[in-house]
Amino acid sequence: MTVFDIINLFGLQVKAGRDQLHQAITGGYASDLLSDVIAHSQKGNIWVTIQTHPNIVAVAAMKELAGIILTGGREPDKETVHKAQEEGIPLLVSPLFTFELVGQLYEKGISGMNPC
Amino acid sequence: MERTDNNILIHKTFHIEGGNFPNAGTISDQVKKTLKEAGFPNSIIRRIAIATFEAEMNVICYAKQGELSLFITPHSLKVVVDDEGHGILDINLAMSEGYSTADEKIRELGFGAGMGLPNIKKNTDEMILTSKFKQGTHLEFVVYLDRQETHLPFE
Repeated sequence: MTVFDIINLFGLQVKAGRDQLHQAITGGYASDLLSDVIAHSQKGNIWVTIQTHPNIVAVAAMKELAGIILTGGREPDKETVHKAQEEGIPLLVSPLFTFELVGQLYEKGISGMNPC
Repeated sequence: MERTDNNILIHKTFHIEGGNFPNAGTISDQVKKTLKEAGFPNSIIRRIAIATFEAEMNVICYAKQGELSLFITPHSLKVVVDDEGHGILDINLAMSEGYSTADEKIRELGFGAGMGLPNIKKNTDEMILTSKFKQGTHLEFVVYLDRQETHLPFE
């Protein structure tokens, strides 16, 4: 499944990174603590969070994540959109809260288990 | 550090302002760019970028100001951070995952998970941390370039 597929499946809004939507998703990680994401997310994961500040892009770029989904309809900061565009990180928004979105992603086969 | 390596190819120093959350991450970005331009492999850049990001965040969260220096030698990448700030009362406690003294504001931004120092340790080959409580903290970490094949924690 690619980032493009989940955008269509869940009606996500695309805020940045439109040219990186072909990326395959290796799994998912949900957390609002940046160091936790740094420690436990895997390359190609889709990251679900409520944090909207520019540092989420730095974390996603460092861990080579497939994209970031902001939940609860939260709007990213202007600077976050700019940085995501610059780094080529898909920045998406879902109206659903984290629990609901993660459940639906899991149902479609996106797992949080490390495949390694 | 286990090896003395005086042959410094690149040395850059960056100033970090404590409490400057809007600019957080800019130093690690610059370090990352420097290493990219120098042609280091992504696996090495990722480890240094993660450790530098965590170190930068620690200065922003817990210090008045600090300086971060990057040293590139033929055999290693070394980062040294000195700050004037809260300092650390108990280093062993600070190194244990989940322990944090972060206040509400820091936690709201998603920092202060108590995983920064353990993340630095995990991503580097050597780490030295000393501190004078209520004065400041000295941190240095090294990634050895000739060990890259055997140490890829995230692959």
